[in-house]
Amino acid sequence: MLSEQTTLAVKELLYKMADDLLILGHRNSEWTGIGPMLEEDIAFSSMAQDKLGQALALYQLLHQLGEMEPDTVAFTRNSPQFHNCQLVEYPIGEYDFSLVRHFLFDNAELLRYEMLAESSYEPLAKVARKFRGELKYHKFHGDTFVMQLAKGTEESHRRIQESLNFCWNLALGIFEESPLEQELIDQGVWKGEAALRQNWLEAIRPILESCGLTIPEENSWSPVYGGRKGEHTDHLQPLLDEMTEVFRVDPTAEW
Amino acid sequence: MIIKSLDPRITRAEIEAEDGKNPLELKPLDHFETYEVFHQKKRGTHHVHVGTVHAPNPEMALLFGKEQFGRRGTCVNIWVARTSDLFASDYDDSDIFENTPEKLYREAAPYKVMDKINAYKAKQENNS
Repeated sequence: MLSEQTTLAVKELLYKMADDLLILGHRNSEWTGIGPMLEEDIAFSSMAQDKLGQALALYQLLHQLGEMEPDTVAFTRNSPQFHNCQLVEYPIGEYDFSLVRHFLFDNAELLRYEMLAESSYEPLAKVARKFRGELKYHKFHGDTFVMQLAKGTEESHRRIQESLNFCWNLALGIFEESPLEQELIDQGVWKGEAALRQNWLEAIRPILESCGLTIPEENSWSPVYGGRKGEHTDHLQPLLDEMTEVFRVDPTAEW
Repeated sequence: MIIKSLDPRITRAEIEAEDGKNPLELKPLDHFETYEVFHQKKRGTHHVHVGTVHAPNPEMALLFGKEQFGRRGTCVNIWVARTSDLFASDYDDSDIFENTPEKLYREAAPYKVMDKINAYKAKQENNS
């Protein structure tokens, strides 16, 4: 049984993870039908669906902890009530941006779930182990594509590098700490965002360097925080309006 | 020059190509090459051919093969092979696979199991 304080901290962790997945899953699904080639269109859409499935599993955990039904949580909140990082809410842009975002996010995601697989909060550890295979594939996809394009033509290399530069501070925003971070660490729920960020840097640096990409200079890093506290760009609310359009026609409908 | 298309309706419309170019003529690298995908349902069983993907290299072919053909149902392993690396028999030579009637003993059909299958089929038909 979790203490009141730990429950609060766990809920916060679950909300931000689930919201990241829901929003990025929705964004990536916007490539369906317009992907750069048939095979990639299908692959990207399929991974977007995986993300929605993962988000659902986390909203279900929240429901078990006394929060509202997953559908209610996903479809009835407004922008300030979302805890996703700002990286995931940006419009899909050009494919290089979507791809680099996917690479940066999913590398972090796989490591996050590996850390959570050891969690003292068993329901979360179970979910983390369940999705390991999907996340491994997502990382494999992101790594392969980024390396391929970075080693492609002068243009493809330049575009991947520019997207990496653009995404970098937003991606650092993934690791925004919670005020309750220490509680999670003390209770063994997981080792926390700072540890994850360290693991992530160690994982992606050799991949990027192996294909001639450069991580921005460390003294220029300026993480974009705020998303975890409900501070979002103007891009999020229109996404939510579109995502919930059908739900709002009849919230009680059975699908 | 009249456009020749893979779509016969366009060919029939006899459209004049712009600046004399036939759009069907592909430049090299206009398309990725194709890879044949084989998946294995269970460790120890045969890999079975399931389809084809476009990809620039084997790694990308694996990536796509997994999504196109490995995401539904069970799959534990995938092979991909460049289509151009397959050495295949010619359809004009398909008569080499024919058997003469007097060598029926070499075909699987006369084996006892066929009697059982035919009996079962007959029974199903009688029941329906």
